[in-house]
Amino acid sequence: MANVNLNPNDGNNPFARTPQEIKRKRIELGAQFTFLMMTMALVIPMLWIMWDLAYRASDVLSYTYMVIGVGCVGLLIPYFLIEAAKRNEHKRKLFMGLAIAILAGISIWIVCITVFNMDNGGFDFLTLNPKKRMTAGGVWAPLIGTFLLVLLSLVISAPIGILAGVYLSEFANDNWFTRIINLAVVNLAGVPSIVHGLFGVGAFVYFMDMGRSLLAASSTVAVMTLPVIITSTKEALTSVPQSFRAACWNMGATKWQTIRTLVLPNSINGILTGVILQVARAAGETAPILFTGALYYKKIADTGFDSFVPYGLEDRFMALSYHLFTVATQVQDVPESFQFGTAVVLIGMVLMVNSISIGFRIYLRARKRW
Amino acid sequence: MNQNETTQLTGDLATDAPAAVKVHHESSLPISSDIHISFDNVSVKYGSDVALQPFDMQIKRNEIFGIIGPANAGKTTLLKSINRTLDFIPSAKVSGSVKVNGQDVSAIRGRRVHQLRRHIGMVFPLPVGLPLSVYENVAYAPRRAGMHDRRVLDELVEKCLRQAMLWDEVKDRLDMLGTKLSGGQQQRLTIARALSHQPEILCLDEFSIAIDPVTTMKIEDVLLELKQELTIVLVTNLVQQARRLADNTAFFNKSELIEFGPTEKIFSEPEQQITLDYVMGDFG
Repeated sequence: MANVNLNPNDGNNPFARTPQEIKRKRIELGAQFTFLMMTMALVIPMLWIMWDLAYRASDVLSYTYMVIGVGCVGLLIPYFLIEAAKRNEHKRKLFMGLAIAILAGISIWIVCITVFNMDNGGFDFLTLNPKKRMTAGGVWAPLIGTFLLVLLSLVISAPIGILAGVYLSEFANDNWFTRIINLAVVNLAGVPSIVHGLFGVGAFVYFMDMGRSLLAASSTVAVMTLPVIITSTKEALTSVPQSFRAACWNMGATKWQTIRTLVLPNSINGILTGVILQVARAAGETAPILFTGALYYKKIADTGFDSFVPYGLEDRFMALSYHLFTVATQVQDVPESFQFGTAVVLIGMVLMVNSISIGFRIYLRARKRW
Repeated sequence: MNQNETTQLTGDLATDAPAAVKVHHESSLPISSDIHISFDNVSVKYGSDVALQPFDMQIKRNEIFGIIGPANAGKTTLLKSINRTLDFIPSAKVSGSVKVNGQDVSAIRGRRVHQLRRHIGMVFPLPVGLPLSVYENVAYAPRRAGMHDRRVLDELVEKCLRQAMLWDEVKDRLDMLGTKLSGGQQQRLTIARALSHQPEILCLDEFSIAIDPVTTMKIEDVLLELKQELTIVLVTNLVQQARRLADNTAFFNKSELIEFGPTEKIFSEPEQQITLDYVMGDFG
């Protein structure tokens, strides 16, 4: 028998480590450690900032924290219980019973402290309008303003962006005109938001004579979010393999039939993810609404239907991002917790939208069909 | 009955859905000319690269026409020029005329291009299962053509899957995703799809590449049966497959048609030495 000794160190064990292997392993570990440190350098300051913000805002938001915290835990535990119940045949009833009991307990608890704790602060910071030159009350007026702004800008930009993306990716011929448009779209995504704001003043406020209004601001934000929606739509469409389209065309399906029955259903999740991410951007931007419609302070109805739709299309409005700027720099004697509270509400809104988008992606990956 | 419908490429399955299943039996008889596809001085360029040198070739009705040749000989391009899918490659330029049923395909305008493509079944070498259920994969083309009667569709899907030798393996899981099938099954699904829109011409481009030899033999038997109803253009790298199946065979080399003629002649006493070398395996 030919005895081929692959290992100079140990003739008996062909799998023993060679010096080269040990050296390679050491370099690999070093690289891994460096990457870990880089990540930590990003994550630790971020967590620290978030913690600091949340802590300083706790005077006005402690109750909200509690409800959200208990709510998350109270939803997660039943979720894991239900998952366990799916796997375990014998103790299914026990797990399901526990899950239902916890859910019921949490909801009763929330209702109880909401009813009995009303005068103890509660959700006041979220539900009350600013009072006493913004040194008291809450952030309801700017919160609903931001909500309306985002909603309206999406109504404008989502259809235009998605249809433009479909056209550019599926129908447009590859000629110099399309290339210029694509180049413009890519570059527009990088234009600073203040420039979009100035464009909005020129185009919407003056040229289209909308005045400084919710409509003008929404249009400006829509123009700002449009390039990214177009780009993400194009990307989602390109991710559907070309061979699927070719197969449909070979069977005599028209381009539009192919897109409607095959391409769009398989890319709609990716498209929506892009749109949702733009919600976060629209909510956070100050510059585009600064000159086009946002207002320092506006008195709106405290209760009733009017408090939910306080601004018409022609009206100027309050927005969270601008409100944060105001209470942080323009008004005196604002409690510190109000400034940080506004920041936390804004970040919370953005994070919530982002987590919806992340959930969407996980769902999308789970049902990927090829 | 459906003579006009099928010969003039205006066959619209929507108007005559139930009868469409049997269209071929009636349509193959009363055609005066027996040339189904003819290439007159056809050449194809991708940008400045010549994919096919000018050539003349005729494919008769109800024959299996084999096309053999090494890679990069222009075989796939030739198939794409028949059903006008070269339109989707912006740099491709076709000159000369490809005639199907005597009609120049480049002269077809508007919606009738889709009718032309429905007239021709295409199977390309890479298996493509659409991300739809197995049933919807096969029912896709008939539905797009406007056939919605569930009973007719069921019948058609079963018939196509049986012809592609896939029915026995998937009959209990027709609602399974087509992309989850194995490679060979997906390839047979592709064949079933190509048959689903009731074509008169079936173009097979190396259909057997992902399919096991036993199933390939079964499908070859089906092809010999289908020959009664349709014209089959068979591009293959397996020279013996062409010899087994084809009535006429063409040999392409380096984007040039070397020669074509009866299969026996091509395989025994071709006019060109290079053809003999290729079929004997002494190429190069």
